[in-house]
Amino acid sequence: MSNRNYLNANYNVWSWFFTTDHKRVAILYLISITVFFLVGGAAAVLFRLELMTPEGDLVLPETYNRLFTLHGIVMIFFFLIPAVPAVFGNFLLPMMIGARDLAFPKLNLASWYLYSLSGLFGVWVILTGGVDTGWTFYTPYSTTYGNTSVLSAAIAAFIAGFSSILTALNFLVTTHTMRAPGMTWFRLPLFVWAHYAMSLVVLLGTPVLAIAIALVGIERAFHVGIFDPKLGGDPLLFQHLFWFYSHPAVYIMVLPAMGVISELITCFARKKIFGYTFIAFSSLAIAVLGFLVWGHHMFVSGQSMYAGFVFSFLSMLVAVPSAVKVFNWTATLYKGSVIWNTPMLYALGFIGLFTMGGLTGLFLATLGVDVHVHDTYFVVAHFHYIMVGGSLMAYLGALHFWWPKMTGRLYPEGWGRISAILIFFGFNLTFFPQFVLGYLGMPRRYHVYPEEWQILNVMSSAGASILGVGYLLPLGYLVWSLRYGRRSGKNPWRASGLEWEAESPPITHNFHKTPIVTGDVYDYDPTEPVELETEKHPEKVTVQ
Amino acid sequence: MSTTPTHLAPQFDDAEQQQLAATLGMWAFLATEVLFFGGMFAGYGVYRAWYPPTWADASRHLDLLLGTVNTAVLLTSSLTVALAVHAAQTGSRKGVVRNLSLTILFGAAFLGVKAYEYWHKWHEHHVPGATFEWHEASPSGPAELFFSFYFVMTGFHALHMVIGLGILAWLIVQARRDRFDAEYYTPVEMTGLYWHFVDIVWVFLFPLLYLIDRT
Ligand SMILES: [Cu+2]
Repeated sequence: MSNRNYLNANYNVWSWFFTTDHKRVAILYLISITVFFLVGGAAAVLFRLELMTPEGDLVLPETYNRLFTLHGIVMIFFFLIPAVPAVFGNFLLPMMIGARDLAFPKLNLASWYLYSLSGLFGVWVILTGGVDTGWTFYTPYSTTYGNTSVLSAAIAAFIAGFSSILTALNFLVTTHTMRAPGMTWFRLPLFVWAHYAMSLVVLLGTPVLAIAIALVGIERAFHVGIFDPKLGGDPLLFQHLFWFYSHPAVYIMVLPAMGVISELITCFARKKIFGYTFIAFSSLAIAVLGFLVWGHHMFVSGQSMYAGFVFSFLSMLVAVPSAVKVFNWTATLYKGSVIWNTPMLYALGFIGLFTMGGLTGLFLATLGVDVHVHDTYFVVAHFHYIMVGGSLMAYLGALHFWWPKMTGRLYPEGWGRISAILIFFGFNLTFFPQFVLGYLGMPRRYHVYPEEWQILNVMSSAGASILGVGYLLPLGYLVWSLRYGRRSGKNPWRASGLEWEAESPPITHNFHKTPIVTGDVYDYDPTEPVELETEKHPEKVTVQ
Repeated sequence: MSTTPTHLAPQFDDAEQQQLAATLGMWAFLATEVLFFGGMFAGYGVYRAWYPPTWADASRHLDLLLGTVNTAVLLTSSLTVALAVHAAQTGSRKGVVRNLSLTILFGAAFLGVKAYEYWHKWHEHHVPGATFEWHEASPSGPAELFFSFYFVMTGFHALHMVIGLGILAWLIVQARRDRFDAEYYTPVEMTGLYWHFVDIVWVFLFPLLYLIDRT
C-alpha cells in the first residue's frame, strides 16, 4: 500500500490554506482552537491570581472586567462552541458515514476563515480597546452606557455565528444525503446523531443571537432605540433573544461532547452500547426542549411569575434526556470489560463532572433556590462543571482517542493518564469551592471580596494552577508524539466504526473503496480478549 | 439522470445526490433566515402590542402608494426568476439570461424606490436618533421605536436583496459562459429559492409596517 495520506499528499503551504479536505480543515481548526484556548486561559490565570487576595491589588477594576469578558467571549464563542464539532465532527463525520468528504467542502473551508478572522479580530479588539460587558452583552449597559469597544466585539461574535452555521449546515446535509450504502439511520454511530442534533440547534438558534447582537450593534452605532427604555423600549427583550440562543448554546457545546462519550464508553467497556435508540433520541429531545427553557436565566429580571414557573418546570424536564444518557452509559459499563486508558479516564471524568453540573443545574432551575444563588459563584461553578467538566473533558478524550487516526502516531499512554488525573483533581479543586462561595453569597464578576472568603478562593486558584499544568502536558507530549510517538495501525483500539477501517492517517478521499455497511454499529464483545496497540511492547510491534 | 462529469463535485456519487444535497442545504439555510427575521418580528410584535395607537399613527407616515408599487414590483420579479428557472430546465440559455436580467431590473427598481422612501423619511426627520422629530399628539418615544423597526427590518431586507442582485449578476455571467443546461441548473434553481424567500419576507413586512391602521 502506498504511503500517500491526507497529510503528506501535498507539502505546499497553499495546499493547506486552500484545502477543501474535511480532514485538513479539521487540523486547521485544531490549531486555531488551541491558540484561542491559550488566550482564554491566560485571562483566567490573571484573574485567578487577582482573586488570591481579598483586595484588588493586581489589576484595576476595569481591567478585571475586561479580563472576565475576554475569558468568556473567547472560551465560549471561539473555543467551546467550535471545539468538538469543528475539529472532530469535521474530521470524523464523513468517515463515520463512509463518505469522501462533507457535502459542501468550500463552505467548510470558508467557515474556518470566518472563524479565525472573527476570532483574531475579537481578541485584538478586546486587547486594544477592551470590552467590559461580560460575554452576555446585556442592554442597556452594552447599548448606551458602556464606553468600551462593544460594537467591534459584537461584529466579531456575529461573524463567528456564520462560521458555526456553515459547519452545521454541512453536517445536516451530509448526514442526510451522503451515507454509504447500507448505512441506515439506526446504524449511525451515536457521535453522528449527536452532531445531527447539534446542527439543528445551531441552525435554529444562531440566527437569533445574530439578530440580537446586530440590534445591539445598530443601536450603538446609529442611536436608534430598540432596547432603549427612554423611548419605551425593553432591555429585557434583548435578554429574551440572547438566551433563546445562549441557553441552547450549552447544548451546542455539550451534545457533540456526549456523542464523543458514547463512542469512548462503548469502546473501552468492550460492550455494545446500552439503549442505542434512547441515546439517539435523547439527543433530539435535548435539542428540542433546549429551546424552551431560556427564561431560567431571567428569574430575577422581572419577568412574569407565571413565565418563571413554566420555565422552571421545562428546565427540570430537559434534565430527563440528559439523565437518560448518563444512565445508559453507566449501564454500558455494567458487566463490561473496562480498560482504564486515557480516553476512558476522560470519559468517566465527563460522566462524574457532567452529573454534578446537571444536578446543580436543577438547584438553579428551582425558582426559590435560584433567587438565593442567582449571579453568584454557584452559577459560575455550575456552568463550568457542564462546559469544562463536560465539553472540555470530552474534547480531550476525543483528542486522545482519535489522535492515532488523525496523525498516525500513538501518544504516550503514561503521560496521558497522568494529565487526565491531574485535570480531574485540578478541576474539582478549582470549581467545587466556588459552589460553597456562591452559596455563601459571593457574587460573580467582582474583583474584591470580604476576607472570610479568602481560603476558598485560594483553594480555587491553587486548583486552577494544577488544571493549567494538566492542560499544558498534552500540548507537550502530543506535539512530541508527532515525531517520536510510535506508529499506529489502522485500528489501535480494536474499535468498531468505519473510521477505523481507513488508513491511519487516512488517504485524501478517506477510503480506497466506498465501504458497504452490512452489520449493526458497536460490535463489541466483553468476553473477547483484546490487546490495544498502546499496551504492546515496542519490540513486538510489526511495522505495517 | 446523468450529467457531464464537470458538474459533479468529487465528493458526490451522482448528480442526483448532488442536487439533493444542494436543495436540502438551501432549505436549511432558509430556515436559519426565518429565525433571523423571526427575532425582529418577535420584537415588532411585543412593541406593537404595547403601543398600538402610536404605532398606527407612525405607520400612517409611510407612503402607502410607494409601498404598494414596490410590492407589485417585487412579486413580478418573483415571476421572472421562476421563468428563469423554467428556461434553465428547458435548456434555453437566452431565456435564462433574459429573465435573470429582468429580475435584476425589478430588484434594482425596488431598491431605488426604497432609497427614495428612506430619503423622504430623513427629510421629514423620521430617522431615529438625534435628528428625530415627532409632531403628532401621540408620544414620541414609541413612534421612534416604530421607525427603528421600520429601518432595521426593511434595511435587513434590502441587504438581502443587494446580496441577491450580486448572485443574479454572477449567474448571468455563468449562463453566458454556457455553464448551465437542461441537465444541470442547480445554481439557478437555488438562487430562485433564495429570491422567493426574500420576496416572502417583504410580503410580511408590507402589511405589518404600512397597513397597521388601514384595515
Ligand atoms: Cu440556561
